[in-house]
Amino acid sequence: MATTKEIKKTKYLNPYLGGVLLGLVLLTANFISGRGLGASGAIKSVVATSIQTVDKNAVKTMPFMAEYSQAHGANPMKSWLVFEMLGVLVGGFLSGAIAGRLKLKVEHSPKISSRRRLVFALAGGVLFGFGSQLGRGCTSGAALSGMAVLSLGGFITMMGIFGTAYMLAYFFRRNWI
Amino acid sequence: MGPLAPNGIISENTNMFLAFFIGIAFGWVLESSGFSSSRKLAGVFYGYDTVVLKVFFTGAITAMLGLLFMGLFGWIDLEVIYVNPTFLTSAIIGGVVMGAGFIMGGFCPGTSFCGAAIGKIDAMVFIGGLFLGVYGFAFTYKWWEKLYMANYLGEPKVSKSLGLSDGLFGFLLIVVALGMFWAAEWAEKRFPREEY
Repeated sequence: MATTKEIKKTKYLNPYLGGVLLGLVLLTANFISGRGLGASGAIKSVVATSIQTVDKNAVKTMPFMAEYSQAHGANPMKSWLVFEMLGVLVGGFLSGAIAGRLKLKVEHSPKISSRRRLVFALAGGVLFGFGSQLGRGCTSGAALSGMAVLSLGGFITMMGIFGTAYMLAYFFRRNWI
Repeated sequence: MGPLAPNGIISENTNMFLAFFIGIAFGWVLESSGFSSSRKLAGVFYGYDTVVLKVFFTGAITAMLGLLFMGLFGWIDLEVIYVNPTFLTSAIIGGVVMGAGFIMGGFCPGTSFCGAAIGKIDAMVFIGGLFLGVYGFAFTYKWWEKLYMANYLGEPKVSKSLGLSDGLFGFLLIVVALGMFWAAEWAEKRFPREEY
């Protein structure tokens, strides 16, 4: 007899199958575009565009913008990662829609309030956004894609992210368990 | 033959167009694996749900093996593939800051977009935080520039740094991953929790 737990478990893809599919997507990106997947770079493009719109001379006055335009050319929004992340929104939505997971809600442990969850989500986002710029990419672009091409930096960043999260897990346990 | 865009087989515009479809597949796989849920993601740090570890490492290994084989068969020119540069200091410190953000926020940038796509308000707030963090870095860049550029090592491969061939390193990584998967399965039995 199938228990509730077993039924619930089938909601998601088998993680190893999901991993193989993720690897094939990453492989396809490398084969077609010669680069890996990413996420934080798209945010950087939006940020760079907004700064450029407000201040046309930003490229000359802000070293961050100079560094950015050197790497990405004149129009930051015409970027591979921006198109890819728009696709992520569509793909995530489609998958959630088909599985019946579309629902506007704040997900949090029953032991904490929505407010506490949102405060920590905001703080975590700020840190992740900042760290992804310093580390030249996030879990997708630096860690996952970097590991696939055997980049030393990719492995180091991966260990930095997961190692730190494990070390700090004890202090934030109330939020999750 | 490959990679197609850098070798001029498809145009830059076609490449951007295909990026959108690659993104759809990426978002689809992340969401259907459960990466739109912060409680599932954070589970890996407490042992009750190790989907992150399994999907992440299986994905990295699949792509790595695929690239090594495609390179071996001459289907793809690995010299043209983008390899992330290594700036030792910022790779470590950036990783540490991101790790703190991960355990506090429960998402990483890619997964937060998946969560937001299916209506998770905590994911949307996390994305708001991401923007603040990136703006923060952009406007204070001059304070970090030295750190950001420190200890540039070029684009070294981890295999070469360890004095191993790519194939042997790949094999060892698979062995390590299998060990971690075994530990992950054990942990999920040891710390059972209902799925979210």
